[in-house]
Amino acid sequence: MTDLSNPGPQTAPRSQWADVWQQFKSHRGALFGACIFVLIVASVYIGPFLWPHDPQFLPQGRDFINLRDTRPMYVALWDPGAKVDWSHPLGTDNLGRDTLARLLFGGQVSIAVGLTAMLLSLFLGTLVGVVAGYFRRLDGPLMRLTDLFLALPLLPLILVASLLFRESLAAIFGPEGGVFVLIVTLIGITSWMQTARIVRGDVLALKEREFVLAARSIGTTNTKLITRHMLPNILSPILVSATLGIATAIITESALSFLGFGFPPDFPTWGRLLNDGVDRLVSYPERSIWPGIMISLTVLSVNYLGDGLRDALDPRIRGR
Amino acid sequence: MLTYAIRRLVLSVPTLIFISLVIFLLLQLAPNDPLAQMPLTVPDEVRQKMREAMGHDQPIHIQYWKWLIQFFWIEPSVFIDWLTRDSALFGWLPDTSLYNGQLRVISWQTRSPVMDIVVQRIPQTLWVVGTAYILAIVIAVPIGIYSAYRQYSWFDQAGTFVSMIGFSIPPFFSGVLVIVIFSVQLGWFPSIYDTTHKVVDWQSFLFQLNQMIMPVMVLTLQITAQLSRFMRASMLDNLNQDYVRTARAKGLGEPNVVMVHVLRNSMIPVVTVIALGVPNIFGGAIITEQVFKVNGIGQLLITAIEANDLPMVQTLTFVFAVLIVMFNLIADLLYGLLDPRIRYD
Repeated sequence: MTDLSNPGPQTAPRSQWADVWQQFKSHRGALFGACIFVLIVASVYIGPFLWPHDPQFLPQGRDFINLRDTRPMYVALWDPGAKVDWSHPLGTDNLGRDTLARLLFGGQVSIAVGLTAMLLSLFLGTLVGVVAGYFRRLDGPLMRLTDLFLALPLLPLILVASLLFRESLAAIFGPEGGVFVLIVTLIGITSWMQTARIVRGDVLALKEREFVLAARSIGTTNTKLITRHMLPNILSPILVSATLGIATAIITESALSFLGFGFPPDFPTWGRLLNDGVDRLVSYPERSIWPGIMISLTVLSVNYLGDGLRDALDPRIRGR
Repeated sequence: MLTYAIRRLVLSVPTLIFISLVIFLLLQLAPNDPLAQMPLTVPDEVRQKMREAMGHDQPIHIQYWKWLIQFFWIEPSVFIDWLTRDSALFGWLPDTSLYNGQLRVISWQTRSPVMDIVVQRIPQTLWVVGTAYILAIVIAVPIGIYSAYRQYSWFDQAGTFVSMIGFSIPPFFSGVLVIVIFSVQLGWFPSIYDTTHKVVDWQSFLFQLNQMIMPVMVLTLQITAQLSRFMRASMLDNLNQDYVRTARAKGLGEPNVVMVHVLRNSMIPVVTVIALGVPNIFGGAIITEQVFKVNGIGQLLITAIEANDLPMVQTLTFVFAVLIVMFNLIADLLYGLLDPRIRYD
């Protein structure tokens, strides 16, 4: 006789995302990376409200002499004669602008460029990958195109293009907006190839699965098949390449600014601040070191985040 | 194998032509005036004459065709002439004298052939980048082997952390950092690379070594981080294979198993990665050269872009592209040669 008193499983069934979160939590580096990244993003976007110094403020007259070239507070620990000021804990630059405010503002720009360029490159990569994997006729041409893009010397081309198209874009979007659009587009269209290859491979494998056949047999259209059945299944490689994409985009933007091909000089980003500090490295090493630490810390945290996501999203590793 | 090699070689020609077209069109269609750097006092009709002298009044496909001829026929013929006339290796061959005064690719900055300048600059880049690459291979391979052999040991954990840092610290920051530490604080090495320095005796060799340490250190850290991770992954793949168990079961010593059987098999993908990385390193060296003021080809490219010197930029970008395509080919062929399971027929 069947025991009807058994009420069945007591706990709710675990969802996929709960499992992913469980695995992610067990990767200490990834958790740490995620915390640091969230902290950095939060501080550069919320920080300016708590630290209301204008990063572009230029003191005039006597203030200029008093305020310029202040060292960070910690320098007073080993050099009692250093010019320090509690109202500027990280010092000021040679024009008297507050370094902390500039760092926060530069972080906003760098992170915004990183995120937008990553989104663009993900969109392009996923589009090319899905179309190439799904429609057999387009597979050959699109993959040849990907190979050709991989054979282009990317950094030199980005450098050339960023100088050539600067003025015409600046005329449309304004000096800062034009450079933003230009850099985001350049990074986006030169970094989609890896995503496209991974996505294509996954789509090719998925296409042969029974659930796709089932969906097709009830008359699902191609668009619905791709958006409802394919995309959720290739989400994990896309998420992993998203994290790596942020890291490369931030580094590329900083490299461009460092080489003097990025944002205009009065518009701080981390790479630009680092470059500005290089000239007076001997007397004021902190002006280069702080932006450099911020770039490296952001990229390091994003890399660890990606590492953990890769493990957490892979069902073969999860649960072990 | 030979047919495959020939087929790949032939296939790389359309790739190169496509890339040259992209580079050419990018520079030609850019909304940018090649005479923008000229003084405003130059009258309009003179400007027009200058444009004609540069060939800018010709249709775009003719400009492209002429550039192709210059790059693929005239420049190589100059090179072959030099080989058969002045070089030590082929100097015994009769002088081919293929080149007789056609217009070469001329730099707008110096009014001299672009290729001559590139050839002058390449040794500086090769000294720094080549040393760094070889050093990185020598360091990364043992690290990869040992961290795979003792997976999850403290050495492996430390290696993972250091290579994560190597990934994350961009060369323009690590360069500045080593300048602050070793040049400003300690005063051990010069922060500016002196490219006019010639090695003639032991003393000058030591000086050369001294000034190379910092740029090489920065590049080596970056390359080692990537290569050692790759080496470790490849070793891990092979260490769990059946043939390793067989080798151990038949009583082979552990050094023999790891250093001969596993290592030889795991080197296959690593060698191709090393070959693929060579052109990337030339591109990446642009930044390192800028930090340490090495006047190699990366620095040449930056100054050419800033000076609006289109022929120089086109040539340099295309040289980078040729390097990439060439090393892709080498990597593919090496893969087939090293791995007997892969046969291209």
